[in-house]
Amino acid sequence: MNPKDSDLATKANLERAQIRKERMGLLKKNKAFIVGSVILSIWVFFAIFGNLVAPFRADDSDYDFVSSPPSMARFFGTDSSGQDVFSRVIIGTRLILVMSFIATALGTVLGTSLGLVSGYFKGWFDTILMRLLEAISAIPALIIALLAIAALDGRSPTMTVFVIAFVFTPNIARTVRAAVLGEAELEYVAAARLRTERTPHILFREILPNVLPPIIVEFTVRLGYAIFAIATLSFLGAGVEFGSPNWGTQISENWSSIFNNQWWPTAFPALAIASLAVSVNLISDGLLEVFEL
Amino acid sequence: MSMTQTNSPIPALELRNLDVAYTVRGIDRQVLRDISLTIATGESYGLVGESGCGKSTAAFAAMRYLPRNGKITGGSILFEGNDMVAMSDSQVSDLRKSAISMVYQNPISALNPTIRIGTQVAEVFRLAGSSRNDAMMLAEQALNQVRIADVARVMRRYPHQLSGGMAQRVVIAMALASNPRLLVMDEPTTGLDATVEAEVLDLVRELRRETGTAVLFISHNLGVIRHMCDRVGVLYAGALVEQGATANLLSEPSHPYTVGLLRCIPRGGLHKNTDRLETIPGTPPPLGEHFDGCVFAARCSLADDICRTQKPEMVTVGDQHVARCFKHEQAPSMPRAVEGLTAQSSGRAVRPHTTANLLNIDHLSKVFTQDGHAVTVVNDVTLHVGVGETLGLVGESGSGKTTIAKLILGLTNSETGSRLVLEGKDIAASLSKRDVQDVGAMQIVFQNPDQALNRRHSVTRIVSRAVERLRGLSHAESDDRAHELLAGMRVEASLHSARPAQLSGGLKQRVAISRAFAGAPQLVVCDEPTSALDVSVQATILNLLVDLQKQDGTSYIFISHDLGVVRYISDRIAVLYLGRIMELGSSETVFNGPHHPYTEALVSSVPAIDGSQRVRVRLGGDIPSPANPPTGCVLNPRCPRIAGSGVEHLCTSVEPDLKEVEPGHFIRCHIPIDQLRTLQK
Repeated sequence: MNPKDSDLATKANLERAQIRKERMGLLKKNKAFIVGSVILSIWVFFAIFGNLVAPFRADDSDYDFVSSPPSMARFFGTDSSGQDVFSRVIIGTRLILVMSFIATALGTVLGTSLGLVSGYFKGWFDTILMRLLEAISAIPALIIALLAIAALDGRSPTMTVFVIAFVFTPNIARTVRAAVLGEAELEYVAAARLRTERTPHILFREILPNVLPPIIVEFTVRLGYAIFAIATLSFLGAGVEFGSPNWGTQISENWSSIFNNQWWPTAFPALAIASLAVSVNLISDGLLEVFEL
Repeated sequence: MSMTQTNSPIPALELRNLDVAYTVRGIDRQVLRDISLTIATGESYGLVGESGCGKSTAAFAAMRYLPRNGKITGGSILFEGNDMVAMSDSQVSDLRKSAISMVYQNPISALNPTIRIGTQVAEVFRLAGSSRNDAMMLAEQALNQVRIADVARVMRRYPHQLSGGMAQRVVIAMALASNPRLLVMDEPTTGLDATVEAEVLDLVRELRRETGTAVLFISHNLGVIRHMCDRVGVLYAGALVEQGATANLLSEPSHPYTVGLLRCIPRGGLHKNTDRLETIPGTPPPLGEHFDGCVFAARCSLADDICRTQKPEMVTVGDQHVARCFKHEQAPSMPRAVEGLTAQSSGRAVRPHTTANLLNIDHLSKVFTQDGHAVTVVNDVTLHVGVGETLGLVGESGSGKTTIAKLILGLTNSETGSRLVLEGKDIAASLSKRDVQDVGAMQIVFQNPDQALNRRHSVTRIVSRAVERLRGLSHAESDDRAHELLAGMRVEASLHSARPAQLSGGLKQRVAISRAFAGAPQLVVCDEPTSALDVSVQATILNLLVDLQKQDGTSYIFISHDLGVVRYISDRIAVLYLGRIMELGSSETVFNGPHHPYTEALVSSVPAIDGSQRVRVRLGGDIPSPANPPTGCVLNPRCPRIAGSGVEHLCTSVEPDLKEVEPGHFIRCHIPIDQLRTLQK
């Protein structure tokens, strides 16, 4: 073997490690990514250990402390039924995180599959599917979600997850389709056909890995929306059962006390929603910048 | 060309010890190293070099117009004696408006797709302060100046309605609108067809004679540089390694890199049967590499310890001729770098080179439907490929070369009546109806390895998967076989787990060739396999293909627009125009003539590196749309030989047949062969 070729080989491997190192270095310096990650890690920690960390149980009503403002004993104060707001926010983390993650993941898988097929085959299938998806996205997502939940009488976390996955599908499908349209013209697809590869293999093993970056970005963006959507549905009473420690529900149960100058039972869950959604968006911004997407 | 020296003491442009760096992933990487050059007023200066050597960066730096991650880290850019590095942004922008213009590589993307050509050209004059009506008039004059026929019609069009050559004329007209004192041209003809390129180059020469503008001309093509420039500088890894008067530098190169570069080019007369191409071993360094010594030392056969540890200075080697090399005296007689026979491929038994036909292509046609119109892209092509033979396909864009390749491979379905026969066996038109043997028997090496290799898959996986599918081996066996194949193509084992992006262009193409040979093919279509590569790499790839053919008796269909390459590698050549074969014959007959008038124009349009002047035979106008081909001979509106041929009436009314004019030499032309022979003397 030519000595220059082997130099080259080690160089290529070094370069690969080097690129990865440089990217990680940039990510570590990226403020948006760091701030987002720190906030999200706190929420993930609460989602896992919330029940252990919370000073009170979620449904503990302490009638000695009804509607008391934030203090050293009750960090976020208590609501009109004497429940500790801090504990309820912490314990409520798990549900919203799990629900929004599963809903987004489901929507992404569905949207990606439709987008792949649509962008690869084009033709009448593509035309019909795209018009259908446009029709769905023409109606505000929240209305569809409310209608579906009402029609199916499914006021449960599972139903909410499915409904949100469904309303997210068109957006994701369109993003993926656009990426696939360009990708399918590339010659590696022809090369795959020229070794008798079947269509599912071409779609999922050849094309899919190449359109992952936009899918990942779309996923993080949608995750932010899902957090808001779930909170909103819960606020409107359509997401989960009343009484459960859930940020949206907490706001809807307590918002009228704002007029009694009791801002704390609503402000803290609202802040929780905002910070979680913002952290996810910051992370997606950081990724976008570093990977030059 | 003798517009070299005007006696103005202040040069139009001077780069003085210029350093430029790009910030990539947070780290500064040096792309231009200590570049010093001067361009006198009215002079045409060429910069040559391979991809990544910093040519385009130098061009942009000349306008102080670097990409956002680029910065000037040292030195100065003097335009007519004023340092642009020290100027304010608005001063630089004033210069760009009034004194320096640029012509980019891709004319279509340099024009705004939403604005009509007339308005777009007029805008330049509006910026300079003309009224709306005056600007339109000036635009018309400017377009006339670049020899656009039917200016009024072109002005109403949008950029996408223009051909590449026409669009580049428009861009040149816009660049000249401000009467610039310096014109920077970055590969202005690289994407254009040979005949169009020749016309654009002629135009630039004429305009320069008229306007006396100084030109900085960037190109990778030494023939073009020879044709266009008074002086030339050779760039390697961001450093200027040699500089001199063009004719002098190209005939007596004094830097080992220039010597090597000139030696790798397949020149007229070389053929695979008798000559191996020389190569420059190794690959250019990555962006921002640090050097202690000479930038070229790692690839130089003359390099010793001094070269590796000390930076050479520019040495005068002749009149106005300088080279940055310690060994410049030995460079011209540098040992030839010819690789031995290295390739090993399929392990398939060597086929005897017989005269038997491997593939018969009968009446191959393809009609696309475009906006309800039938467009015949391939029109009744009948050809055969012999065992172990290379058939070259040449022709300009739109001639149907690539469609023929796709039809043969089954990637596109041919029309009924078309027939493909491989070793006596009929082959289905559609890929999905072919059996595995037939699919494996005919494979392709694509033009652009970046697109042809899945960038998320490892080298092993790319080749192994093809072995697995085409030979029906197990996963483990396929991996072993893939590694053998790759080793035979000299793709080092430690690279097998790499992704394509980590490989150089040449290595990527080797991987693509390995994949094409995975199923022990009998026929490999090579669709412009070297046009995305630098010349030094091109030579290694061509040598590899020739070796594989000699070993296995593989046949090739070799598609290329580079006539030198086609001539070198082909046994027979088919010249295509508007989906028809215009001429077919052995490599030598097609090039030596008598030619078909179209072939004649094609051959004469290639600028020669040795500066030998051929009589240019021009094709008038643009390639007609295949949707609406001319009646009679399809070449007749552009034919250089139709006038005075005595058969004009036939040419415009009856399409000629492809006739055998000499044994094995076919021409589709009404003009008798003897008359062509006399005309082409």
